[in-house]
Amino acid sequence: MSVETLMPYDEALARYEPVLGIETHIELGTSSKMFCGCATAFGAEPNTQVCPVCLGLPGSLPVVNRAAIESTIKIGLALNCSIAEWCRFARKNYFYPDMPKNYQISQYDEPLCVEGHLDVEIEGDDGPEVHRIAIERVHMEEDTGKSLHVGGSTGRIHGADHSLVDYNRAGIPLVEIVTKPIEATGAKAPLVARAYATELRELMRALGVSDVRMEEGSMRCDVNVSLMPRGSSQWGTRTETKNVNSLRSVERSVLHEIERQAGILAGGGRIIQETRHFHEDTGSTTSGRSKEEAQDYRYFPEPDLVPVAPAGDWIEELRAGLPERPAARRARVKADWGLTDKELQDVVNAGALDLIEQTIAAGADPAAARKWWMNELSRRATALAVELAALPITAEQVARVQAMVTAGDLNDKLARQVFEGVLAGEGTPDEVAAARGLKIVSDDGALAGIIDQVIADNADAADKVRAGKVAAAGALVGAVMKATRGQADAGRARELILERLSG
Amino acid sequence: MPITRDEVAHLARLSRLALGDDELDHFAAQLDVIISAVARVQEVAAEDIPATSHALPLTNVFRPDEVRPCLTADQALAGAPAAEGDRFRVPRILEEES
Repeated sequence: MSVETLMPYDEALARYEPVLGIETHIELGTSSKMFCGCATAFGAEPNTQVCPVCLGLPGSLPVVNRAAIESTIKIGLALNCSIAEWCRFARKNYFYPDMPKNYQISQYDEPLCVEGHLDVEIEGDDGPEVHRIAIERVHMEEDTGKSLHVGGSTGRIHGADHSLVDYNRAGIPLVEIVTKPIEATGAKAPLVARAYATELRELMRALGVSDVRMEEGSMRCDVNVSLMPRGSSQWGTRTETKNVNSLRSVERSVLHEIERQAGILAGGGRIIQETRHFHEDTGSTTSGRSKEEAQDYRYFPEPDLVPVAPAGDWIEELRAGLPERPAARRARVKADWGLTDKELQDVVNAGALDLIEQTIAAGADPAAARKWWMNELSRRATALAVELAALPITAEQVARVQAMVTAGDLNDKLARQVFEGVLAGEGTPDEVAAARGLKIVSDDGALAGIIDQVIADNADAADKVRAGKVAAAGALVGAVMKATRGQADAGRARELILERLSG
Repeated sequence: MPITRDEVAHLARLSRLALGDDELDHFAAQLDVIISAVARVQEVAAEDIPATSHALPLTNVFRPDEVRPCLTADQALAGAPAAEGDRFRVPRILEEES
């Protein structure tokens, strides 16, 4: 592999205009596969979620999963697409052992949804900036099996002696969403690409059609980038960076391809139309399959399946059931909770929107719900390296802790200890508070003895208070808090101390 | 339009069939007969007969999204020429593209 000279980003943008195209594969969250009743759970033992249909055994016949069609129509409607009145599946023929049939059932020239758009927002130079991303098509296909390449030094295809294939994933319903060329984004191209992937992920989550976990491959982006010289209207040759599996990588892969292609073009070279692989560790891409071997897929209508012709009333029923779009929801939440753009962005980025909303629904006030999820619980999720939603605590439990704070049974410090206990699996907030003896002591009788002791131990401070220096009471309150390991009601303790020393 | 020997060679490569020179000639002639026979359909195709891809006048044949029993890994691999660690073992992939 030759060493490539990257052109600094600013210079690359001064000389070239990037054009993007993004193909996103979404694994639908159906219980069963696209064309057979096999389970779709992630992480099952190899080849235990397979049957004659998804193994392509002779005599087996596929039957379309109705829920997968519904999900795809919902995606199309949410992306403002038209839904085809009639469309067919097609066979995409190729020899690669990730599909045991030697073809993949896909859609070719008759996609289920066409001509839509998705508005995405980025932080522009003068505030928020909306880009409308045109959607070319949304079509259905089946996912492929997973290959493990054995014998190569890196575990990749190159240099492998042989490959081991697990067909659990083969036949899981997959939706491919293809944008039209995204032009005129200039230096913001990487941000727009990331914002699109982010918004698409939010939309899929809102629709409930997929868990869209990029790290597990249930959402995968292929990013096409080409450059054209400023002032030209002739698009350059594009490259396609495959399986970019995080939002950050979407941004970085675009940025890298711009710098790399600009370096080649400025040096008088030409861009080869090819597939490239993105490397998380270096943020760079390397050449993959060359498209010079362009596959001849010999598509033809799938003879084992009849056409799909969704009735108008079915489509309208699905349209009526669409949830609030993420952008509208963010606007509502921002107003209702009184957030700044930055605060809202932080909540969204932390994946806390649903959690906070559920916590509010369970009775907490917005400020408190946001405070717990964004501070204490985010900190713990980071420490455990898990997503916020994966913490073993429910929104209802967070609301319960806040209710205990509001009722005066806990202060923030004790509440944090309750969270610690719940996350450690010690039970519900009430169980943890009871088992750990976490409760604000505001009962005068219980405090009285402690206050007497504190006054005796801190005679100097007590004398100052007696002499009218009320500020000195702070030290005594502190000592009471220390003696009760933070469980005293500080306000009540202060009142009692002043009462005691004014007599 | 007769099918050419080059087209047969291309199809053979896409299908991963190793055909010798004499076989290419042999199959080109045979395929030509088949294609010519099928092409006769065009002679009776009229404007009022829509193209069709299926013998049955059906649409929307769906199944509910319900999980059915799967095979075990042993059953799935029973017919495999080679297996390793409950996976299908296949020759190295893409050697022509490495």
